[in-house]
Amino acid sequence: MALMLSRWMSMKVKTNLLKSLIHVASLLPLCLLYFSALNDELGADPVEAVIHFTGIGAFNLLILTLLVTPLAKKLKQGFLMKVRRLLGLYAFTYAVFHVLNFIAFDLQFNLSLLFDEIIERPYISIGMAAILLLSALAITSINQLKRKMGRHWQKLHNTIYLILLLVGVHFYWSVKSEIIEPSIYIVISLVLLSLRWRKFKR
Amino acid sequence: MLIKTPKKHELKENTVTAENIYRDRRSLLKKMGFLGAGTLISSATQADVFDLFSKDEVKKFTTKPLTYTKDKSGLDQVLTPENKVTTHNNFYEFGSKKNQPVELSQEFKVDPWQLKISGEVDKPFTLSYDDLFSQFPLEERIYRLRCVEAWSMVIPWLGFSLAQLLKKAQPNSRAKYVAFETLYDPKQMPGQESRRLGGGIKYPYVEGLRIDEAMNPLTLMSVGLYGKTLPPQNGAPIRLVVPWKYGFKSIKSIVGIKLVEKMPATTWNQLAPREYGFYANVNPEVAHPRWSQASERRITSGGLFARNRIETLPFNGYGEEVADLYENMNLRKNY
Repeated sequence: MALMLSRWMSMKVKTNLLKSLIHVASLLPLCLLYFSALNDELGADPVEAVIHFTGIGAFNLLILTLLVTPLAKKLKQGFLMKVRRLLGLYAFTYAVFHVLNFIAFDLQFNLSLLFDEIIERPYISIGMAAILLLSALAITSINQLKRKMGRHWQKLHNTIYLILLLVGVHFYWSVKSEIIEPSIYIVISLVLLSLRWRKFKR
Repeated sequence: MLIKTPKKHELKENTVTAENIYRDRRSLLKKMGFLGAGTLISSATQADVFDLFSKDEVKKFTTKPLTYTKDKSGLDQVLTPENKVTTHNNFYEFGSKKNQPVELSQEFKVDPWQLKISGEVDKPFTLSYDDLFSQFPLEERIYRLRCVEAWSMVIPWLGFSLAQLLKKAQPNSRAKYVAFETLYDPKQMPGQESRRLGGGIKYPYVEGLRIDEAMNPLTLMSVGLYGKTLPPQNGAPIRLVVPWKYGFKSIKSIVGIKLVEKMPATTWNQLAPREYGFYANVNPEVAHPRWSQASERRITSGGLFARNRIETLPFNGYGEEVADLYENMNLRKNY
């Protein structure tokens, strides 16, 4: 009994420690980013800088989120699953900041330009599709909704794989010529998907 | 010439943060950026978590003051602060990220230099480093620079008209175009050495103009900015400035100018012919296939909330001087 309790405690402690780490590692860069940007201390074009930082940050967090399940299985560390939602929600947070940066600071609330860009520029269209899908996942991550939705929940949340691909193409299409970095991201995404090939076969 | 009236929100240069503070902030942010940018791919210049304690400071290239006549026409345009002009650069020879050229170019050797003028001319000649500053009287030209990526700056260049240089070489009747070439020196230019740093473009960088474009008095051979010689990241020791065309036409660190009969190859056109044409005149009507060119963000001082989105003007506002060069030309086709 005492042994079980201590194991349970340590699991809980481990989870909480990891969660705290994720909170700090996600929020601190974001705070520092906007603090610098507001003071015009983020290079010559802070607008481009904040858009890139939050965009890449969202992609990194999305990849981390999708790394959780294979990692937990491989290392037989079930407690890791407890941080998956948190990472996913931070990926969503970064993505929201990414879009808001684009609308507020780049387009400067020129909404007609925004709609033109969404329709005419494929990389923005698919970026918008990705954020819409991601919003649906974020909203339905609430426990009560999850329970209500039953097996539809898993179906909806499988679109994360589609989102991953959309984001990869969005990154690839947005660059001028330096395709190496987006290519590496796409390869990582494909590896993450290949780890789940059994699931897709079903 | 179109003159931009300063708006209330546009701050003066003296409000800009001192350079050392500015640099420190950036390096700190880079170190923090492990979630944002660092972990998966850390570029050569990107400090990551592991070199938190390593030195981020680079030796600074020394620029020298120049003597020149002042530009009085452009005085009422709000200039882009010098520390922005020299830290936000597209110069893929020194890395494809905007902050890389300033970080990776400070050891660049500009003296000795040779600029060769050759091809369809009666009197080919070569300019040495000192010649660049002494053969022609230097004048200041305050020009708008519009990047194809839809941002822009206002920069006080120092230099002389390309026409003066070309006239000295006496082009013959077969000289229909002018071909420019950047230095090729992978030892000094890491972007030429590494494909990852160099953004996958072909080196040496080449550009070209039609002879009448080259002879237009606006077309400038620049050897300096803000009163001093050019720093490497801006194209030292000599670069082209064609203010009515997208920035990538304004080739940097030039070693060769050749007058030719046929339209020369140009770097970005070779890479993506559908996206970048030979002419590359600033044109709000013709979108880049992936983004709009109708407006731009003018980089001056002011942080995130600077309301700096402005309409892009045909020929970047220099239509009066250059529109007649393109009479009867379909500018949608000849983008």
